[in-house]
Amino acid sequence: MKSKVINKPLEARKASPLLVSLSAVFLGIIAGAILIALIGKNPIAGFDRILFGALSNVRRIGNTLGMSTQLILIGLSVAFAFKTGLFNIGASGQMLMGGITGSILAFYLPLGMPRPIYLLIIIVASALVGALWGFISGFLKAKFNVHEVVSTIMLNWTAYWLVYDWIQRFIVDPTIVVKSKPIETVHTLRADWLTDLTKFSTLNYGFFLAIIACIVIWFILDKTNLGFRLKAVGSNRFCAEYAGIKVNRSIMISMAVAGALAGLAGLTYYCGYSNIMEMGKMPNEGFDGIAVALLGNCSPVGVFFSAVFFGILKMGRGSLAATGIPTEIADTIIATIIYFTATNVILANFWNGIFKRNFEKKEEAISLALESEGRSVDIQSLSKDERKALIKKGMPMLKEKKAEEKEAK
Amino acid sequence: MEIWSVITSIIPAAIAYTMPLLMGALGGLYSERSGVTNLCIEGLMLTGCFASATVTFLMQSAGFNYTLAIAMGILAAMLAGALLSLLHAIAAINLKSNQVISGTAINMLATALTLFLAQTITGSGNVTVLRGIVRQDIPILSKIPVIGPLLFTRTYWTTWICLLIWAVSFFLLYKTSFGLRLRACGEHPSAVASAGINVHKMRYIGVLLSGLLSGLGGACILATYAGEYNSTSGINGLGFLAIAALIFGQWKPLGILASTFFFGICMTIANMGRVIPVFQGIPTGYLGLFPYVATLIALVLSSKKSAAPIASGEPF
Amino acid sequence: MSHVIEMIGIRKEFPGIVANDDITLQVEEGEIHAILGENGAGKSTLMSILFGLYHADRGVIKVRGKEVHINSPNDAFDLGIGMVHQHFQLVHNFTVAENIILGKEGGFVYDIKSASKKIKEISDRYGLSIDPDMIIEEITVGMQQRVEILKMLYRDADILIFDEPTAVLTPQEIDELMQIMRNLAKEGKSIILITHKLDEIKAVAERCTIIRRGKLIDVVDVKSTSAEKMAALMVGRPVNFKVDKKEAHPTGVVLDIRNLNVMNNKNVLGVKDFSLSIEGGEIVGIAGVDGNGQSELVEAISGLRKVESGSIFFKGKDITHSSIEDRNEMGLGHIPEDRQKRGLILSAPLSTNFVIKEFYKEPYSKNGILNSEAIEEYGQRIIDKFDVRSGEGIHSLAGKLSGGNQQKAIIGREIEADPELLIAVQPTRGLDVGAIEFIHNEIVKERDRGKAVLLVSFELDEIFNLSDRIAVMNAGRLIDIVNTKDTDEHAVGLMMAGIKKEERSEV
Repeated sequence: MKSKVINKPLEARKASPLLVSLSAVFLGIIAGAILIALIGKNPIAGFDRILFGALSNVRRIGNTLGMSTQLILIGLSVAFAFKTGLFNIGASGQMLMGGITGSILAFYLPLGMPRPIYLLIIIVASALVGALWGFISGFLKAKFNVHEVVSTIMLNWTAYWLVYDWIQRFIVDPTIVVKSKPIETVHTLRADWLTDLTKFSTLNYGFFLAIIACIVIWFILDKTNLGFRLKAVGSNRFCAEYAGIKVNRSIMISMAVAGALAGLAGLTYYCGYSNIMEMGKMPNEGFDGIAVALLGNCSPVGVFFSAVFFGILKMGRGSLAATGIPTEIADTIIATIIYFTATNVILANFWNGIFKRNFEKKEEAISLALESEGRSVDIQSLSKDERKALIKKGMPMLKEKKAEEKEAK
Repeated sequence: MEIWSVITSIIPAAIAYTMPLLMGALGGLYSERSGVTNLCIEGLMLTGCFASATVTFLMQSAGFNYTLAIAMGILAAMLAGALLSLLHAIAAINLKSNQVISGTAINMLATALTLFLAQTITGSGNVTVLRGIVRQDIPILSKIPVIGPLLFTRTYWTTWICLLIWAVSFFLLYKTSFGLRLRACGEHPSAVASAGINVHKMRYIGVLLSGLLSGLGGACILATYAGEYNSTSGINGLGFLAIAALIFGQWKPLGILASTFFFGICMTIANMGRVIPVFQGIPTGYLGLFPYVATLIALVLSSKKSAAPIASGEPF
Repeated sequence: MSHVIEMIGIRKEFPGIVANDDITLQVEEGEIHAILGENGAGKSTLMSILFGLYHADRGVIKVRGKEVHINSPNDAFDLGIGMVHQHFQLVHNFTVAENIILGKEGGFVYDIKSASKKIKEISDRYGLSIDPDMIIEEITVGMQQRVEILKMLYRDADILIFDEPTAVLTPQEIDELMQIMRNLAKEGKSIILITHKLDEIKAVAERCTIIRRGKLIDVVDVKSTSAEKMAALMVGRPVNFKVDKKEAHPTGVVLDIRNLNVMNNKNVLGVKDFSLSIEGGEIVGIAGVDGNGQSELVEAISGLRKVESGSIFFKGKDITHSSIEDRNEMGLGHIPEDRQKRGLILSAPLSTNFVIKEFYKEPYSKNGILNSEAIEEYGQRIIDKFDVRSGEGIHSLAGKLSGGNQQKAIIGREIEADPELLIAVQPTRGLDVGAIEFIHNEIVKERDRGKAVLLVSFELDEIFNLSDRIAVMNAGRLIDIVNTKDTDEHAVGLMMAGIKKEERSEV
């Protein structure tokens, strides 16, 4: 059944999330350009190098998608938690825990085992450990009301030091000491056909895992009881509680799922993209994922595209060296974009203001045209085509009227 | 006596670790008491650390007096912290944005921007000062038995400034009309407005003070134990420890003095554990995670009675 | 006599509505002047303009004959205007004295002792009996209101605005307040009383300005105008505030509460040894001043709050520790006290809000997967049946509806689920007369269908209008249960203050 819309009133357009996101991107790029100009370099050349570095050949495109893989998964993780009203800034820690799980298994599982079974084991294991790490924050929030932002940060550093210890203990490369031994290719997510196709890029099965995750998360959020519950808790936990939804359980589930997604990101990063773990390194991707989620308006499709966008920025900046622009410009742009997404009120107001003025102008044109025809009808009752015709007729009249008013002054 | 030597080596170091945390937490206190949730203490402290490192480094290399350079670095840090906090104030107060997201954005901006500038200025991700503050014994007081060796031996002068700021804050918050109004803004802003006071102005002051003090905290990290701005480790989540200390200290000056000192001890154990005989044999990784796990436990313990300002995080 | 306040041709527009449309108000010195209007008629907006919280789009304000511009409450204070707000503007963890001096501390480092002394003096002069050192959250609502009055007097205000001051008081406290107002007027203060209650106006006011939908309707002399006349002017048609209902036919116990003890947010007992049973086919009203354990009681019955001891039986089954979901499934309907906080997800469409309790049941969901067609069909049914008006039907976001339609949506959802027990808390708060009549009728209809109804209201009129029996609560205890037809407002008022019938006869 297509539900009937009762007398939807005619009103000015409202800025869509997409328009707001694109505006934030635009402003972020402008801010980056200003910064580049301030240190005496050419912004255009800079952005040209970024695009070149990210997209100029098959291998670079493959690398960009390889980079985007973890951003998609982290972005989904943050977005999923956000739908339940939780702010997961602990993706870095969850990612480390998922990554170390995958890495340790990669070294200790026999090389000869069937690949599908092996892949299944590491995927499930890293997702589970990531989920556990996320669940701790959810548990602390649900049972002890510990703010998840603080607890996830503490767990990030706890994971950082645990991984520090475990790399040393289980998988250290004795010749380098601060890194793990590289993982054998058959025990990573790399696939020969992808490697061949993209001329030895970092693109791996993780990318498909990320796409599947997007679809699954979309389905859960939009089509299932679980998604209904989690979103209800996220939009108004008091109403959800009143309606009989178990709020604490939802918080724990949501953080666990978010943790699982970040754990998978860790797997794709450390056992697919880099294939090595370093001691004492907090992965930046955990924070970039926040930008991905916010820019993507927390929808799986949005997350996918904004992750690819950030993938381009992060991959392309490697080619900046020749221009003398510090590569951190990319992170600065990302941070600026989040600030503008956070303060999206300004952007929305800006566009709504324009739409409103435009709408009022059209309304005035219509009434002028109606006046000239000697009709008096409620604008709300006109059909779309009639309105179009009237606007066309009324616009010149409006211009004339405005000009007259100016002269009169 | 072995325990005594452990204590005399831990406490002075713990005091040094406490001061940046205390300033960050006190900054958070001003902001939250005025009604603005401030999760960007980390970014503000990092910016302070960077700004003081840069100014001190440039002045020391240019041949200025080392102490003067450090003092100017501290002022620069406070100014930089205040400037960055202004972004949070605009987002939170005027634009009524989600304060958690705005705070996170500012943390990321601080990380990226300081690194960007460090790259431009020194060509590497680090800015190292030539010399930090020289530790000094306080005459006479350091001779007092027990307290002397613990509190007045080998101290940094910034420690005394921080403690003075803490004491002044205590007075400001509880004895002056400014403090009364600020605290009321965090509890019931419309009551404040109906008494004819500009709530937005009070909140701006609260957030700016948090920027100034966090900047100072960042400068203390640099001038005392760190000696460099390091882009890879940043400030290791100290800003978040400061927020945890604020919660653990129940949003009260005396409480945060105690809780930051507790976290200071934890940080000392984490960083100096290897050279303290009692903790030898514990792997570095486990010593490292100790302060963070201790924080989580502290938060769980303080969860039952939360004294958070009611209107903190609520736009007005 | 001269006009101490004149507001001439005031207009104030908010996005979408004209709150004040060319309103004129003239108050004479030393009089008690009432402003009468329904909820949402624009009374509070007008007073906020006078107090400097809003700025009028058009119009002139004169104080003591001189044209003034009031841009902030400070300007109002300087002109001697003070306001007792409907929602008290008090910081809960500050002392009385701290609240009173806030904004007028008299120096950067303030002297709380001398301020307390001055406060004590003013309190004694007007018989307000307030201790300046008490913490706000530890004093009664009536006392809090007197702190608000003290706040104005401390600032030497002589034009006092009272915005709906009796909403939270017992009948006896209302009498006391009326006496305080008369005293103040006798001392030469001019008083503006904003209200929608006619008997209060009859009791104290001399003249009354009536406002309807943002427009000035009339200014009447209170003594020579009947209450019925004023009511008709306020609503725009003759109204009968009595609800037509037939004799109740109780059908047996549905809800049985035995010796219930429940903690409140401060972790002390908010409900104490409370027993009550409600039968199908009757409406039991709980009378009491806000904050006497009603919320805790309702939350305990609906499962939102843990029960300390005692038990709750619903349809003969012990539900003391059942989950909220189980209670909902057994047929417990609940119209919550705060419709925007608990009752609705404002950012979600109506269709979601309508199935918020039933989304997981067939036909709305099968094997864990939602069926949006069935959900939308159900939503359309509720909209049609309960006349919920919104811009885009079931797709409208709940937050975009007017207060009355939001409440209709909640009531539609609860009644459509066909509950055995309907708990209605403050079901008509803030609504206009039309919506109130609709909702009262729906509640009576539920009773006539044999359902049990538990009504909690702080409006004594509403309790008397709807209830078959009245249970009076004070400080968490049940004072007494009486048949509505065997009692009156005075008797219930005394019980609301905690005085029982037997005790009264002893006095």
